Amino acid sequence: MSQALHLQVKNMTMAYADTIIQQNLEFSVKRSEIFIIMGGSGCGKSTLLRHLIGLMQPASGEVVIDDINIWDSSVEERTRTISRSGVLYQSGALFSSMTLGENIALPLSEYTSLASALIEKIVSYKLSLVGLAGFEDYYPSEISGGMRKRAGLARAMALDPDILFIDEPSAGLDPISAKLLDRLILELRDSQGTTIVMVTHELESIFSVGDSSIFLDTDEKTMIASGPPKQLLKESSDPRVLNFLTRSV
Amino acid sequence: MAESVPAKYTFDPAENQVLLHLVGDWSYSTGIPPISALLNDINSAKVTAVTFNTEKLQTWDSGLMIFLIELIDNCKQNNIQVDKTNLPQGVSRLLNLAYAVPERKGARRTVLGQPVLTKIGNVTIEMHRSWNDMLNFVGDLCKGTYNLIRGRARLRIADLFYQIEAAGPSALMIITLISTLVGMILAFVGAVQLRLFGAEIFIANLVGLGMAREMGAIMTAIIMAGRSGSAYAAQIGTMQVNEEIDALNTMGISPIEFLVLPRLLALCITMPLLCIYSIFMGIFGGAVVSAGLFDISFYQYYLQIQDFVELKHFIIGILKAAVFGVLVATAGCFRGLQCGRSASAVGFAATSAVVTSLVLIIVADAVITVICQVLGV
Repeated sequence: MSQALHLQVKNMTMAYADTIIQQNLEFSVKRSEIFIIMGGSGCGKSTLLRHLIGLMQPASGEVVIDDINIWDSSVEERTRTISRSGVLYQSGALFSSMTLGENIALPLSEYTSLASALIEKIVSYKLSLVGLAGFEDYYPSEISGGMRKRAGLARAMALDPDILFIDEPSAGLDPISAKLLDRLILELRDSQGTTIVMVTHELESIFSVGDSSIFLDTDEKTMIASGPPKQLLKESSDPRVLNFLTRSV
Repeated sequence: MAESVPAKYTFDPAENQVLLHLVGDWSYSTGIPPISALLNDINSAKVTAVTFNTEKLQTWDSGLMIFLIELIDNCKQNNIQVDKTNLPQGVSRLLNLAYAVPERKGARRTVLGQPVLTKIGNVTIEMHRSWNDMLNFVGDLCKGTYNLIRGRARLRIADLFYQIEAAGPSALMIITLISTLVGMILAFVGAVQLRLFGAEIFIANLVGLGMAREMGAIMTAIIMAGRSGSAYAAQIGTMQVNEEIDALNTMGISPIEFLVLPRLLALCITMPLLCIYSIFMGIFGGAVVSAGLFDISFYQYYLQIQDFVELKHFIIGILKAAVFGVLVATAGCFRGLQCGRSASAVGFAATSAVVTSLVLIIVADAVITVICQVLGV
């Protein structure tokens, strides 16, 4: 598992029935890199993420994770590959009928044969990482949106995934919480070497944590730029990309 | 991947230090060594500091982290220094992160089993609150109906028609099936007994009276409780989850008028019609059994019903259906509006809507029967 490229997308087209969302997508994500998918609202960022985590099948093209083409392999292999990744959904997607502790324990008890005492320790460690120590017995409806998001991050990391997909981490958070979440994500990458693929249009996040990025455009229906965000800001000549990155209209 | 090697540790007696060698793979999937023996040794040997040697440490994950956290927590309690300098950089960063936000005081909950008396008390308080909610709801509903009669309710006619269609015509298939079968069952069970006296012709009376006065309305109500009542609770409950009810309130639109009244009216209008249909299907089912198994011709059956089952029985049944319609819609909408803000709350709302409807239907049926008895109809 030491190959440099962690995730590759080859000439992929995404479509709902006959409506093409994006086409000719071609990019790769290096190991331990924070990769940003950006673009305006409705350009298909979240749809792209759903393709990467195996929730939707591409109309054509390949998604390759760890050298395994996830749509050209058996169901078991696909499930195994995808279960090695963690996903943080936009609103946390915590199971509302379970406490935070049970939410985080679920992947551990489903995918490992650990004793429940050990699972409990891992749960409280994961919660302490996201700053929610002692909140095991709370239900998602009893905590704030920012806490839900951090708890969702704790659940996404429950199995020590190699790759973490994050959909709009700062949506609906105040600037300080958003920044703290960014810092947390950065810290997790630096200490564990987790690859992170993140959908966001928050400029602050894009520049502070992004190592590499692609820019999707609604009208062109494809990616119109790719590279490190700071370099894009300096070198891109495309007015759409520049307007986005400088927040000008 | 190399075999996982358990951690070894050696004492340095001169300075009362423990040097902990972490060797091999520290992953919870390959198993981490138990920590209790190590803690016992550290605590009993009066060491003052713990240091690490991680030169031979290979891969690590959360398994190592929870081992270290337990060790550090124990050392903190016993005033033992832990020197983290030799740990891999990632590990010490994660440790810093884990200890960055101390546990908020009072955050942890002690989940204890409640004593029985406390539980009874809580249930009673909850029932009282629910009863108050119910009264408030009924009050609002009366106000809404009054507004409707004055023609000032904010009710969308398109909504009303949609609800009538969803509750009425779409339910015809299932009403046909259930009512015909109930009629047939009534006829069959009755006929077996009546035949002992050679009185099979009274099957018609039994089925006609039974369907018109009781079973038509009851069966329709039960079907509608399961079909529409639960749907109302789930729809309105989901709107509650999505904050749509709050949006209505802030726009100054009463959810009672906007959501509840169309549903209430729809059931009030469709239930009597469905009930009439159900009565006829039941009587038809009885006729099929009588003709097929007990040699009573359709015409005989028809005449017997015409002679015996008076119009008042039909009217009582249809009025009952209207009352049940109001009860089913009220229970469904009430449970929906009462719904909490989670997925499981919506499920609970749908369940309790059906249960409440069924209880109300049977109780109301008993009350109406007593009233009819007293009035002599």
